[in-house]
Amino acid sequence: MAGEGVPAVTFQGVCRHFGEVRAVDEVSFSIADGEFFSMLGPSGSGKTTCLRLIAGFEQPDRGHIQVHGVNVEGVPPFDRDVNTVFQDYALFPHMSVGENVEYGLMIRKVPRAERRKRAEEMLGLVKLDGLYARRPGQLSGGQRQRVALARALINRPRVLLLDEPLGALDLKLREAMQAELKTIQRQVGITFVYVTHDQGEALSMSDRLAVFNHGRIEQIGAPAEVYDHPATQFVAGFVGQTNLLEGYLAQRLGGFPASYAVRPERIRILPAEAEVPPGFASIDGRVSAVTYLGANSRVEVEVDEGGRLQVVEQNVEGGMAMEGRAPGTAVRLVIERRHIQAVSESR
Amino acid sequence: MTAATLSAPLPRGGGVSRFLYGRPGLVLLLLLAPPLLWLGIIYLGSLFTLLAHSFFYLDEFSGVMVREVSLDTWKEFFRSPAHWDVVLRSALMAAAVTLASALIAFPLAYYMVRYAGLRLKGLLYLAVMLPLWSSYLVRVYAWKLILAKEGIVSWLAAQTHLTWLLEALLATPVVGGPSLSTSYLGTFTVFTYIWLPFMILPIVAALERVPATVIEASGDLGANPGQTFRRVILPLAFPGVVAGSIFTFSLTLGDYIIPSIIGKSTPFLGETVYRLQGTAGNIPLAAAFTVVPIVVMGVYLMIAKRLGAFDAL
Repeated sequence: MAGEGVPAVTFQGVCRHFGEVRAVDEVSFSIADGEFFSMLGPSGSGKTTCLRLIAGFEQPDRGHIQVHGVNVEGVPPFDRDVNTVFQDYALFPHMSVGENVEYGLMIRKVPRAERRKRAEEMLGLVKLDGLYARRPGQLSGGQRQRVALARALINRPRVLLLDEPLGALDLKLREAMQAELKTIQRQVGITFVYVTHDQGEALSMSDRLAVFNHGRIEQIGAPAEVYDHPATQFVAGFVGQTNLLEGYLAQRLGGFPASYAVRPERIRILPAEAEVPPGFASIDGRVSAVTYLGANSRVEVEVDEGGRLQVVEQNVEGGMAMEGRAPGTAVRLVIERRHIQAVSESR
Repeated sequence: MTAATLSAPLPRGGGVSRFLYGRPGLVLLLLLAPPLLWLGIIYLGSLFTLLAHSFFYLDEFSGVMVREVSLDTWKEFFRSPAHWDVVLRSALMAAAVTLASALIAFPLAYYMVRYAGLRLKGLLYLAVMLPLWSSYLVRVYAWKLILAKEGIVSWLAAQTHLTWLLEALLATPVVGGPSLSTSYLGTFTVFTYIWLPFMILPIVAALERVPATVIEASGDLGANPGQTFRRVILPLAFPGVVAGSIFTFSLTLGDYIIPSIIGKSTPFLGETVYRLQGTAGNIPLAAAFTVVPIVVMGVYLMIAKRLGAFDAL
């Protein structure tokens, strides 16, 4: 969905240091207009600092940041055409839900009647009709989250920044909100910059995502690209689960003494001595443990020549005890060669 | 570790805890009884006894208090314009001191909460609290020396060629006087100095409760710092200002030492009560005077509630 023309946000060699800590270190990327762009990484990886740099709460020590082609160095947050949904929602506790949503319009001196009309519309968009007069303290976490979203969207920003907006919600609600956020983003057509440490969230929602580690970007790409072709060991380990092959296993399965990543669900378990299909690499071992996970099971296999591989199998048949998966059973593992992905050391 | 040591139950104590567990009512009673007795009997009880005295009256000839319920004392209280002068003077002073304290305290409190580092914040806390550790009387007498005609302030004014400014200040009608230590200006200065910590601390506490992201959110939504202050910070910190003002206002209203040491000889509320129950021996009228600050504070709190000062609590 990379749009034409001027990118919504551009970072060029941006650095932001806090004392000795390099929170953001030589980061460059650009986000297309209308894109749903995620910044994924563990805590302290620099993703939130990048968001705060776009919002204007932080200024870069070096490098340039452009929002819609305009340099924003020295531009205070209140002069930027960018709005933020905060992790803790940051609703104004002394105002009603409606007053919260209208806040940006009130500051811009939009007449009261129009303010009210647009606030009601926004509350409708986030499915909070009729809660105009409530206080934030009377709302549930999920509802507060929606108020924060409505409060940011009502200003029709060109870029919406979301800082782990679903982090405080429970699993079911989070999944529902993920789908809803994506729908809202398509409806309003605004560029979303979404910070999260949840790789599932980033994979399911984003047009593209950037994986952060130690203040740097390890990889940028579409979700399937990042998942299927992780560029570095860190990305392979952080986005989804992975078997990192090194030493003997790397030589044996990849062909070179380098580093390779193989997704556990890309490995198939065959009976011992089974025929290896063409285009597949194979290795023999014994089942050492099986963990039942409901939809699927994780099977650990001790490779005969040393080393261990994890395999995830769908529980198509149902039941817990699976035929031929008892610990100690000799098995042959086969992996399609294109799924054995060479990865570099983390940058 | 053998199987025996694993299976043997550990000895347990806590017989009292086990008795109290499941009797939350009893726990509450045990915890609350001493403070409630103290508050109810010693504090409120004596206060109501005092107030009740305002419905007794003084026998005009013997000067002895008559323990009969009557409104004579209150009639006397309302009849004399001099009494009203005392009330008005005290209330105005309390209001001025409160306003000045709030104006001085807010920026300091805001700096302490938002900008000062951990060390500096600790030092500032210490600086605010330190005066409270020394005797109130010592500090008031120190101020008398500072404000006296030949005192530090006059000397400083002379050194900086600002004597004209000091003289202009002292020439101001009503609040001025022959010297700072004998004018309302001096009384006001010392009151503000003495009660300032009681304004700073509640405002700090209120500001500490305002999340930094709420302030960022206001800016993010287009509000400049002035608008953010007016629309977000001030309303959220206002309960702290009100809490502080309750202290500064009531403490100023009732104090009888500062105005007797610094300022004009015209009496304030506290001094009047002191004189009435002491040298004048008119306990009923003294009691009537003590009702005044209570009523004033009641009205003040009602206004504060109307202003929504307690909404964000």
